[in-house]
Amino acid sequence: MSEQQSVKQTANLKVRRGGPEQPIRHETFDFPFEDGQSVLDALRWIRGNKDASLAVRYSCISANACKECVMRIDGKTGYACTTPLINGEMLIEPLPNKRLIRDLVTDTLPPDERL
Amino acid sequence: MDQYLEADVLIIGAGGAGMYGAISAAKAGATVILLDKSIVGRSGATIMAQMTVAVAIGEEEPDDWRFHLKDTITAGRGLVNEPLAQILCEDAPARIWEMDEWGVGWARSTAGGNRITQAHAPGHDRNRCVYVDFLSTGPASSRTLRNQVRKFDNIRRISDLTVTDIVVEDGVAKGAVALHLETGQSVTIAAKATIIATGGLTSMYNRNSASANMGGDGFALGLRAGAELIDMEFVQFFPIGHLAPRLIGMDPIMWDPFRYKLGGRLLNGEGEEFTQNYGAAEDGKYVVTRDMATYAIVKEVEAGRGSPHGGAWLSFEHIPEADLRDAFGPVIDRLAKVGIDLTKMAIEVYPIAHYHMGGLRVDDSLSTNVTNLFAAGEAVGGANGANRLSGNAITEAFVFGERAGCSAAAAAKENAMPDIHAAAQPCLEIITEAGSRDSDGPSPTAAIAELQKLLQQDVGPFRTDEGLTRAVAAISKMQAELPQMPTGGAIAFNQQLGDWFGLRNMLAVAETVATAALARTESRGAHQREDYPGLDEDWTYNQIIRVDDDGLKFSRGEVRLRP
Ligand SMILES: Cc1cc2nc3c(=O)[nH]c(=O)nc-3n(C[C@H](O)[C@H](O)[C@H](O)COP(=O)(O)OP(=O)(O)OC[C@H]3O[C@@H](n4cnc5c(N)ncnc54)[C@H](O)[C@@H]3O)c2cc1C
Ligand code: FES
Repeated sequence: MSEQQSVKQTANLKVRRGGPEQPIRHETFDFPFEDGQSVLDALRWIRGNKDASLAVRYSCISANACKECVMRIDGKTGYACTTPLINGEMLIEPLPNKRLIRDLVTDTLPPDERL
Repeated sequence: MDQYLEADVLIIGAGGAGMYGAISAAKAGATVILLDKSIVGRSGATIMAQMTVAVAIGEEEPDDWRFHLKDTITAGRGLVNEPLAQILCEDAPARIWEMDEWGVGWARSTAGGNRITQAHAPGHDRNRCVYVDFLSTGPASSRTLRNQVRKFDNIRRISDLTVTDIVVEDGVAKGAVALHLETGQSVTIAAKATIIATGGLTSMYNRNSASANMGGDGFALGLRAGAELIDMEFVQFFPIGHLAPRLIGMDPIMWDPFRYKLGGRLLNGEGEEFTQNYGAAEDGKYVVTRDMATYAIVKEVEAGRGSPHGGAWLSFEHIPEADLRDAFGPVIDRLAKVGIDLTKMAIEVYPIAHYHMGGLRVDDSLSTNVTNLFAAGEAVGGANGANRLSGNAITEAFVFGERAGCSAAAAAKENAMPDIHAAAQPCLEIITEAGSRDSDGPSPTAAIAELQKLLQQDVGPFRTDEGLTRAVAAISKMQAELPQMPTGGAIAFNQQLGDWFGLRNMLAVAETVATAALARTESRGAHQREDYPGLDEDWTYNQIIRVDDDGLKFSRGEVRLRP
């Protein structure tokens, strides 16, 4: 049986904060991680341990089924839950082409499912 | 009140059960509001399920719902509500064929005509389980139901709306009150009949197969509305749930069929076989029962011989690659893509909370004891007794969803639209009050994590008087702190406020699970007491729970048998 030795690394997440009427602002969080951990793992850790007010949508966490965690990661659109963390800086932003609600949450609902 | 809506039938939760309920209620002519705290058809257990659905359609070999029922009753260890289980098994073929007509795409064999393939799963006396390749059962089912739901003009779908309370007056349900997270608005929804289809409670545990939405909301909503719960002590833990390395996009219970088909070795942190030390020797086949595997793994970790992440190793390294590929085809490639090469490495597993047998107590029309309040899917208790047969949960979501939709539509025909406003007032005030607490202090988000840890430890797969007593005390302390907990105040998409309502429900539900588990001084099915090993015939009855002004009230219910 092989041992999987995972080296501790740290991701520096630069996270875009605020609502539509506010000036653009970023906050940085350092998250020590193991191989295989995702951007969503880091964002959930921030919510649980650093700042519960961070708005980020997700529900299935590991299944990549709900597709709610879609956002911009280092300038590319992707799912936070399937994007692996990297050692070093990562830029985390909401989708640019959808109405911003707050922080990383944009209006991605099907139009006929809104309240 | 910020907004008011009304419909003949209100369905809370849009997983398999909620969507099926919406379709059948709409077919019966009812106007329906189908809402979900996340996204309709995307956010519950249904879309995450990747394995199989049990149904006696006899495509593979002759079968009959009576055989399916017999296996269901055996698995439930004396506590199955047999008439309800009969509905599950007897209605299942009609639902599975209906889903087939709607294009779900059940796997079929090319040999021998165009028969639906039925696989074998533990606890079934024959090949009975249908599925969609590869590992797509849940996603395909959700897509199919979403497509059907969309065809009805009389179904209004609403995503991102969390029901916080059912509105009841004089024992009659009149609809619900909900929180719109994006705006912080409250919404009042009047309905002639209401269905709770909110799924299970497994995200109360920190090792689980759950999405974030499975905190047991529906049980708490029902309890506060005056509905009775049954069998709350029976939480199913899946023995070899995935623990590490991080695995995304795959079902955390996927190792079971692997082990079942090929035999996987369970090893402790020192790389040694250990299950024999707990009375169950490994012989390379799938001989260790689920209960034994769970016990052996938990005890080995407690003894300090766990794997790096606190579980056991599961190794398939002794199996030739060709055999792995033969049995699992493209799944092997999907694993390779996420960095898991089963021929070269072991993975780590641990028992994870997977399904809840208990739930709302209903009659054969899926009606609770509260007038005009129904339940469907995993939210229903009783049909699986003390342990659930593999594959019965999706079946139950379809079957009970369809039935509850019919029953609710029929009830709605008899009722006028209720005047909900006065009775809704106290529930609306809770939303306003909770939303205004922007003080500092320990957040509900962190408190949820604390509760999850506590429940895993003390109300998990193995229970003791000491642990359960500790849990009950800790839950009650947290309940006392709840009303002061800050929620971040009026900000858009305030998840902390959502977490506060989630914690409020989790605590109410955790109290029922822990208290019921403490009372049941025997071991049966999924409820295992270290201090009371073995099944005690005198405990062959269901525990029924309701709440009144003084707190939880327990009573004993005779198990309902078939005539
Ligand atoms: C990973 C996984 C794999 C599984 N595999 C299998 C399998 O192979 N075979 C099998 O038979 N069973 C399986 N199960 C169990 C089965 O999937 C579930 O029991 C079943 O899908 C439940 O369906 P449901 O409609 O009752 O609930 P869900 O599908 O969980 O839907 C409930 C919905 O209610 C919503 N909701 C909750 N609270 C609120 C609220 N307060 N307000 C508004 N909405 C709310 C949720 O967001 C969710 O969308 C699996 C479960 C999991 C988690
Ligand atoms: S959290 Fe569900 S897809 Fe990412």
